[in-house]
Amino acid sequence: MTSNFDEMQTGRDQVREHYQLYDRWLSQQPGEVMRSRREEAEMVFRRVGITFAVYGAKDEDGSGTERLIPFDLIPRVIPAHEWAEMEKGLVQRVTALNRFLHDIYHEQDIIRAGIVPGDQVFTNAQFRPEMMGVDVPERVYSHVSGIDIVRAANPDGSGSYHVLEDNLRVPSGVSYMLENRKMMMRLFPELFSQHRVAPVAHYPDLLLETLRGVAPAAVNDPTVVVLTPGMYNSAYFEHAFLAQQMGVELVEGQDLFVRDNFVYMRTTRGPKRVDVIYRRIDDDFLDPLTFRPDSTLGCAGLLGVYRAGNVTLSNAIGTGIADDKSIYPYVPKMIEFYLGEKPILDNVPTYQCRLEADLKYVLAHLPDLVVKEVHGAGGYGMLVGPAATKEEIAEFRKVLTANASGYIAQPTLALSTCPTFVDSGIAPRHIDLRPFVLSGKHVQMVPGGLTRVALKQCSLVVNSSQGGGTKDTWVLEA
Amino acid sequence: MLSRTADHLYWMARYMERAENTARMLDVNYQTSLLPQSADAAESGWKGLLSISELTDDYASRYGAVTDRKVMDYMVSDECNPSSIYSCLMAARENARAVRGTLTTEVWETQNQTWLEFQRMLRNNSFQKDPGEGFEWVKFRSHLSRGVTVGTMLQDEAFHFLRIGSFLERADNTARMLDVKFHAMENEFFGSAGHHGKEHQEYDFYHWSAILRSVSGFEVYRKAYRNVILPEKVAELMILRADMSRSLAACMDEVVSNLHHVANEQSADTLRCAGRLQADLKFGRIDEILATGLHAFLTQFLDRVGTLGIGISRDFLVPVAP
Repeated sequence: MTSNFDEMQTGRDQVREHYQLYDRWLSQQPGEVMRSRREEAEMVFRRVGITFAVYGAKDEDGSGTERLIPFDLIPRVIPAHEWAEMEKGLVQRVTALNRFLHDIYHEQDIIRAGIVPGDQVFTNAQFRPEMMGVDVPERVYSHVSGIDIVRAANPDGSGSYHVLEDNLRVPSGVSYMLENRKMMMRLFPELFSQHRVAPVAHYPDLLLETLRGVAPAAVNDPTVVVLTPGMYNSAYFEHAFLAQQMGVELVEGQDLFVRDNFVYMRTTRGPKRVDVIYRRIDDDFLDPLTFRPDSTLGCAGLLGVYRAGNVTLSNAIGTGIADDKSIYPYVPKMIEFYLGEKPILDNVPTYQCRLEADLKYVLAHLPDLVVKEVHGAGGYGMLVGPAATKEEIAEFRKVLTANASGYIAQPTLALSTCPTFVDSGIAPRHIDLRPFVLSGKHVQMVPGGLTRVALKQCSLVVNSSQGGGTKDTWVLEA
Repeated sequence: MLSRTADHLYWMARYMERAENTARMLDVNYQTSLLPQSADAAESGWKGLLSISELTDDYASRYGAVTDRKVMDYMVSDECNPSSIYSCLMAARENARAVRGTLTTEVWETQNQTWLEFQRMLRNNSFQKDPGEGFEWVKFRSHLSRGVTVGTMLQDEAFHFLRIGSFLERADNTARMLDVKFHAMENEFFGSAGHHGKEHQEYDFYHWSAILRSVSGFEVYRKAYRNVILPEKVAELMILRADMSRSLAACMDEVVSNLHHVANEQSADTLRCAGRLQADLKFGRIDEILATGLHAFLTQFLDRVGTLGIGISRDFLVPVAP
């Protein structure tokens, strides 16, 4: 972790070209103006109710468990040529992941070819045998993919983008991407007249187009709904937001029922058929008759309708097999196998603890590595070696040896930093990027994505459940 | 639209309206209690207020004796009192949050802001420092909530269910208020007409003008009747005059016209009940109503409004089994 890549500055006080205009503007802003803008942003987020729920937490001010995600005023800027390359890489990667999903649930060529070991798939809890042989419209499984990208410093001081992980189940955060932009335009309209920032506000339109495009073939004018676990879910704001922006119903499981192999919602004018369900609940909760019988969030009989091709679930059931951390190391080979192309975006080098040689290396280098649970998410159950105490490392060693195949390890990347407002002023903080890739009849996305920032000094964990914040993300048009 | 969504909208509007009417009653009693000559009236007012909301027993068991401060605390900030302004504003906001995507941004932000601001006011003891100002604030937030609904929402089913909720609740609340206020005066009103001393006349004036003020009707009364305050005219204004926006007649006009917009295959009977109630008010006369007895009339009205509410839930809101 000796070298570091800062998005704004190269070495000492040299500002990168794509940040120069912004830097000049920032240096002219009095401190109190920026402070009052921060307060205004917080006030507006609270009033608009852009909050998320933290599991098991209580606020001291009595506002329950609704928290704001801290919003940082300094944007993360990406030059056009970098984005163009990244976009190509994302299209390529998501296309290959969808091909992989179709293959796994049909012919399984990639296993026969010996590229992905069969046991990694079939013994994986994310593999859904119910999906074998099921044909989905356009052969697309992951309609909304959140691909987490980090930029790491190379020894020569340059930086390069890597994919840290794929999120193909119910990736969230896109509403913050949209609200952050709205906030920046409200707080600093003059910045947008000085910079050619690529717009993102048409995302709900693209999403609706994508969802309508994957409706069951027989349906002419499909009815799309968003399925939410309800208002106490941490991402409820986003579910409501997307439904509203697309102008479709936001339904809960109790609003749906199955009759004669179709799904209907209960309305004030009687039952209405539903063709596409953008579901924001996990596979396990979708249908109590097939998955968890105690689930009240889903709809009994849904899977039968789905398998009959009378409703589209977005994302499809069983996409978890492609974004599982145990499958991640194989994605570059997938791209070569299905598309015959070299991967444009690199993976982060990954040690698979299930392999003897890798485990040996990992155990010998724990203080330098990040070790993650294969099925974990949200920054829980992981070890960040350089930040851990001797005791924590010793404790983790025991857990790891007891269940080696449950873990992968990666070198501690020097995640790039971006200047960020903190209590003491402006300081560099680590960031990542989650672009949202939409796959239907085409693969498309809005420029940029959600930039998350680790607000604690030196912290590499950017998850909002762990005290991370967000920034507006600018792709500068050439 | 989804039945569940309609249900949330309907209750959001009902709770907001209930918060407003609670604030109105509290405000009138509070103002009355400031007048030296009407201390007794104020106390009977507080008791009446508790009995309107069917809270007399709950209050007595937890708070004991009736005093200005304690009743106001109970009706403003008590989280365990389902009719307190606290409970109403929270329920309105929770219902709004459950369907925030169906509301316009402005409507949702108004609800959310009301709740956040109310919590801040409680922290600052604003209602204790200046109750009148606090009640006025609640009324204005309710005005704003209705106004932003009318001013920004598409006039589709969502809008109609919001309106039905507002006016059904208002009809219920106005009738309850009238019942209690006239009840307190029953002896004088029906028994000893013509035998009022000067003191009584003054008392009557404050009593009736307080009732009028609780429905923003004092100036309306003067304008409509150009007369001194007469009890039967007050009753007529608040029950039968369709041009008085908080009267029972006006509320039922709104309920019926909005119900017609959402009518479905199973709602014919509910529409019939609503129409009949509307007709009774439209063609009713105040001397007839007073002859049969105001209390009996209002009790029956409240029953019919209750039945109407059950019908609306059954026909539109409670999910129909597949």
